[in-house]
Amino acid sequence: MDASKCYHCGLNIVEDDLIVFDDKNFCCNGCKTVFEIFNQNDLTCYYDFEQFPGATPQDIQGKYDFLDNTAILEKLLEFNEDTIHIVSLSLPHIHCSSCIWILENLKKLQPGISSSQVNFQEKTVRITYDNQKTNLKEIVYLLSSIGYEPYISLENYEAGQKNTDRSLVYKIGVAFFCFGNIMLLSFPEYFEVSEYWLNHYRNFFRWLIFALALPSFFYSASGYYVAAYKGIRAGILNIEIPIALGIIVMFVRSAFDIILGYGPGFFDSLTGLVFFMLLGKMFQIKTYGFLNFERDYKSYFPVAVTRISSEGVEQSIPIYEILKGDRILIRNQELIPADGILISESAEVDYSFVTGEAVAIAKKSGDKVFAGGKQIGKIAEIEVLNSVSQSYLTQLWSNDVFQKNVKQKFKNITDTISHYFTPILLLIAFVSFGYWIFIDGNTAFNVFTAVLIVACPCALALTAPFTLGNVLRILGRNKFFLKNALVIEQLERVDTIVFDKTGTITSTKSAQIHYEGDTFEDDKLIIIKEMLRTSNHPLSRMLYDFLPTTKTIKLDSFKEIPGSGMEGFYKNTTVKVGSDIFVSNTLKNELLQTTVAIQIDGRYFGRYIFKNEYRKDISELFSELGKVYNIKLLSGDNDGERETLQNILPANTEMVFNQKPEQKLAFIKNLQDQGHNVMMVGDGLNDAGALAQSDIGIAVSENVNIFSPACDAILDADNFGKLSNYLKLSKKAIKIIKMSFTLSIMYNIVGLSFAVTGNLAPLVAAIIMPLSTVTIVSFVTVMSNIYAKKLKI
Amino acid sequence: MSVIYILISISILVAVIFFLAFIKAVRSGQYDDDYTPSVRMLFDDELKKTPDSQIIKTNQKQV
Repeated sequence: MDASKCYHCGLNIVEDDLIVFDDKNFCCNGCKTVFEIFNQNDLTCYYDFEQFPGATPQDIQGKYDFLDNTAILEKLLEFNEDTIHIVSLSLPHIHCSSCIWILENLKKLQPGISSSQVNFQEKTVRITYDNQKTNLKEIVYLLSSIGYEPYISLENYEAGQKNTDRSLVYKIGVAFFCFGNIMLLSFPEYFEVSEYWLNHYRNFFRWLIFALALPSFFYSASGYYVAAYKGIRAGILNIEIPIALGIIVMFVRSAFDIILGYGPGFFDSLTGLVFFMLLGKMFQIKTYGFLNFERDYKSYFPVAVTRISSEGVEQSIPIYEILKGDRILIRNQELIPADGILISESAEVDYSFVTGEAVAIAKKSGDKVFAGGKQIGKIAEIEVLNSVSQSYLTQLWSNDVFQKNVKQKFKNITDTISHYFTPILLLIAFVSFGYWIFIDGNTAFNVFTAVLIVACPCALALTAPFTLGNVLRILGRNKFFLKNALVIEQLERVDTIVFDKTGTITSTKSAQIHYEGDTFEDDKLIIIKEMLRTSNHPLSRMLYDFLPTTKTIKLDSFKEIPGSGMEGFYKNTTVKVGSDIFVSNTLKNELLQTTVAIQIDGRYFGRYIFKNEYRKDISELFSELGKVYNIKLLSGDNDGERETLQNILPANTEMVFNQKPEQKLAFIKNLQDQGHNVMMVGDGLNDAGALAQSDIGIAVSENVNIFSPACDAILDADNFGKLSNYLKLSKKAIKIIKMSFTLSIMYNIVGLSFAVTGNLAPLVAAIIMPLSTVTIVSFVTVMSNIYAKKLKI
Repeated sequence: MSVIYILISISILVAVIFFLAFIKAVRSGQYDDDYTPSVRMLFDDELKKTPDSQIIKTNQKQV
């Protein structure tokens, strides 16, 4: 075991904080406590499955008081009868097999819990407990104390039982059942040996096949009839029309064949076709259980908030009940749910969900604070100005973009092909019918149906699902999560890319820091570093990481003034670290930069200037993208970094600054009105409108498990530099589909040549159909993997 | 030779039983999470064994 790493969470241990317990090293008391809990309950197997599986428990005192409120509790519970309660909690920290193990053994830690079941992919745990013995608040505290703090947001409110749509699985089950049995029963017909017993039982086999085909025809394939009907009504020749036509004609013709005793019909091909097409449909659907692409502000906001009544009593109330004029308490790390005025002396508000800007903003009493900010530090009291739904940020969601269910914005590639395919198919069918009718009426009927059967665009319909499904999986493995397969086709059409600045092309985790001013001795640095270590402020954290490692000391005195800075005293030296105004009255910050100023023994020394750090590989990415796409930059910030950006971005890139959320939305809309296909790359809630309006919205996220606004795709920030390759792969995917279409058209020509000459035996159909399916599926899968490898994805 | 009727009915019946089992499995939500069970089955049922006793056991074996 690595001695310098915490046994529980794997973080590097600061020497002075080292805690040794049971011969194991821990970085803090929290981690040690978790280990103790596990140790006492014989649960230390937790550490056997994975190294350093744990997370440091966070202080959550008072945060979950609202769980005592029965009205709120009711809404969160999935099941609630007598003494049994069932709740599903989302635990973002779930990441390894140790997590599953410990969470499924919760009952050892809390006897009131009767069972707990983890869904790893959705990162949820479903807990059944006895409400006489324990309650949800205790469970939440227990989970938090072992490092798995649940994430309870407004989205959970009125969650109840989720209904999962499993109809496709049933349909596939039915289709496979029918297909398999019919295939077996068809074998005697394939060999066509005029053997006495086979002839004797022929009718029995045929009728049995007929019966088995019914569920497949009426149930499994029903989706195609509906889609075809919708297509006809909307006047679109979608791919479902020739499919439905093929299936119906196949069924009617086969039924005739069997009833009149002409032959065995095409039920084997029919059921096989239905099965393979449903399989393609299934393959195209790849869901990421732990991601949510439909988020609105509800998933960010807490369920309840603490209100101070006029008598000064604190009570938890559901967030929807907040009224104008209410006074609410916001604790450390809590989200401000509604616009308001700060009553407390000072507060630090982190607007990173909203703007992507990680640096907290200091607010003084009387300042306006906006919904969506996160309080850091002491408890703040706020008087509410607007109710939740009318707050500045949430109002964005009343825009039309979020209201209407945006219809499919374009015709997908398969439907485009079908637009030409269907008329040609019908033409061939009627021409051959017209030709044969003069020779032999019976054959004419056979030829007509045979054309429609063999040309049924099975291979055509399978191409897109399998290509897109495979590309979807390749991208998913590379942490580029797409909402569905359609997004790939949309990616291919993009001609303009709009980037947000803060949090999208800059990193929220780290910043570039440089020092301006007089140098100071090492012993002063030790004091500064020690002061920074004590502070929880994000700037202190960043600066602490930036400064060189020093030995640690114990300060003689230390005082933190929220919103301003801190003052430390050590061996006759007084050091002040903080905002410019706090340190020196004369100092002015003209450029609106983020700074931390240093004063030692009353003398101003200098200041650390924080600059956004751009993500790595960003200039390569932009020079790549600049060749193909029209790039624009849209930022909510001031234009302080215009010059730096000009060096990074391709020449003549349009840059727009000081944009409010609704202005961003309008900017995108304006581009679309000019006929562009716009892709928006953003991160914060302030981009939510633009992401929804754009043809394709991509949310960049440092932690894909937790926060990202509604979008079409989520990109892990670590892979931001590969965006250009992902776009190239989407172009290749469409190319593969086109190649495969050519291939399947060739199959169709072969099949049609059998059909129009009146030679389509059921056996030929039964061979052509699976053969084309197999070649198409393997062709597109192999091709898309080759292209992905070429692009180093 | 009418035994073929019996045999085929049996074969269909078996298929139907499997089909119903499949439907039941889907309905109970077995296919909703296809990862966690694969990990869960590897855990020991009994938690009594503490790492210390495991070490002792291995030592004894070595002797």
